[in-house]
Amino acid sequence: MILLSLKNLTKSFGGLVAVAGLSFDVERGEVVGLIGPNGAGKTTVFNLITGAVRPDDGHIFFNGNSLEGLKPHRIVYLGLARTFQTIRLFPKLSALENVLAGSHCRMKSSFVASLLRFPSQRREEKAALAEAMRELEFVGLADRWRDEAGSLSYGDQRRLEIARALATEPKLIVLDEPAGGMNDQETFELRDLIARIKARDITIILIEHDMGFVMKVCNRLVVMENGALIALGRPEEIRENPKVIEAYLGVDD
Amino acid sequence: MSGGRCIQGLQILGVGLFFCLPLLLTSFSPLSRQAAYILGVLNQVGLYAVLALSLNIILGHAGMFHMGHAAFFAVGAYTTAILNTVYDWSILSTLPVAGLTAGVFALAVAAPIIHLRGDYLLMVTIGIVEIVRIALVNDIFGLTGGANGIVGIDRPMIFGYRVTRPHQFFYLIWGFAALSMVLFHWLENSRFGRALNFIREDPVAAEGVGVNTAHYKLMAFTIGAVWAGFVGTLYASQMRTISPGSFNFWESVVLFMIVILGGSGNQKGVLLGAFLVMGLPELFRGLQDTRLLCFGAALVLMMIFRPQGLLPPKGRRYTLPPDVAR
Repeated sequence: MILLSLKNLTKSFGGLVAVAGLSFDVERGEVVGLIGPNGAGKTTVFNLITGAVRPDDGHIFFNGNSLEGLKPHRIVYLGLARTFQTIRLFPKLSALENVLAGSHCRMKSSFVASLLRFPSQRREEKAALAEAMRELEFVGLADRWRDEAGSLSYGDQRRLEIARALATEPKLIVLDEPAGGMNDQETFELRDLIARIKARDITIILIEHDMGFVMKVCNRLVVMENGALIALGRPEEIRENPKVIEAYLGVDD
Repeated sequence: MSGGRCIQGLQILGVGLFFCLPLLLTSFSPLSRQAAYILGVLNQVGLYAVLALSLNIILGHAGMFHMGHAAFFAVGAYTTAILNTVYDWSILSTLPVAGLTAGVFALAVAAPIIHLRGDYLLMVTIGIVEIVRIALVNDIFGLTGGANGIVGIDRPMIFGYRVTRPHQFFYLIWGFAALSMVLFHWLENSRFGRALNFIREDPVAAEGVGVNTAHYKLMAFTIGAVWAGFVGTLYASQMRTISPGSFNFWESVVLFMIVILGGSGNQKGVLLGAFLVMGLPELFRGLQDTRLLCFGAALVLMMIFRPQGLLPPKGRRYTLPPDVAR
């Protein structure tokens, strides 16, 4: 079953064409790596998928819905969560509250129920706390729940961002450089975390520059250069692809 | 923690004593001029405290620079004044209408500007309060009485009692303040309050993790305005006469100052701010000429040494359910 489908996606910023007629599909249950040299347009693709940026042309379908014109929070509600390339936690709020930010869109208590503290609101709040703690446990940060997000180490902040995204109960999660700034040990643990996310029947798309990591965790790779798709396939195929080697290493004249 | 409990006990004692104050002051009957003056000042502090608490939702929690809160206060006060003097509604029955009118007005003027950030929003909200004041001066719809305002507003009747004396207003105003603090405390500690804080901390991240930022900003604006409208009702019935001069830009600045000075996002801080900003100038009446100078100097020093306010927010406290506690 195709979960996400990009069709002829195009986006320019002024004179710069960041994404040029990109099309690819993501099957449910896959771990897809989006790779390419710096400036290839990978993050723009993520911003287009998550609604942060509007495409000039082309369409995105997610789980049977067109994402055209939807605001980011609606897209999250449909089951598409993200993390940011430059970590965007709420640094002054606790780790727990950061995860509760993700829970927000699955909670239903109205304004009036909150103002008057209805029993239903208190029940929901309790359940959300327990759920948020489970997500913290899942990424291995349960004992840091009280700590300010900004006080966590870089690797922990990346994992907290993943926990926050998971709390939105996504069908698909897009991770923008999840291993960025992590040491070898943390990267190793991240591989395990991604496997466990996959085991929860959550599809994953990730951007990553660490090729060893990408080759090990992804089922399939999408290679971009200058906003266009240059190769698509299993990691071992991509490794041998002359176009990809050329894009990364250049070519002798 | 016994230290925490001790402080909590002292706070409860303080609040209790505060509410006994009018009894103490009125025991020398008839109400002496001195006592009436003190109660008058406290009532003034109370009204501004509730106004500042409602502004705190917008400015403190959602982080929107809104310097036009007096506009919503004015809409509430004029709604009550007009309904009471022209249509003979009782004061209390105008309360919900005053809140609603202020809320609808806020919704209408905020919807097109809610996406503005920081100083840009500040400029537009200053515009709003000026437009409202000028509209009132120009006797809009022939209902507002122009620069003279509206006179002869009734006193509120509560359970058959007519609220007229300062100590009676004290209980009305501070009772409403206490109720507001409880309700706002609950609101702050809900998904609503959290959503506002996520928006304040990082609107892009908030939207990106599923918070409808435009909706929550607008809701914060509206609920703040509704409450300012309620305070308008209390104010109109306490003063019996209202005029555009009471709802000018300076009042908005004072409210803004109370929130920032006291500690935006912290109810206790805002309350302290109200006492300092509204109460201190009364204590130093002797320094009439240099009062504003001292005030300005105090603010400058505050911004340099304690920009987060006197009592910055401490953050929500969560008690984990026993099965997940660690």
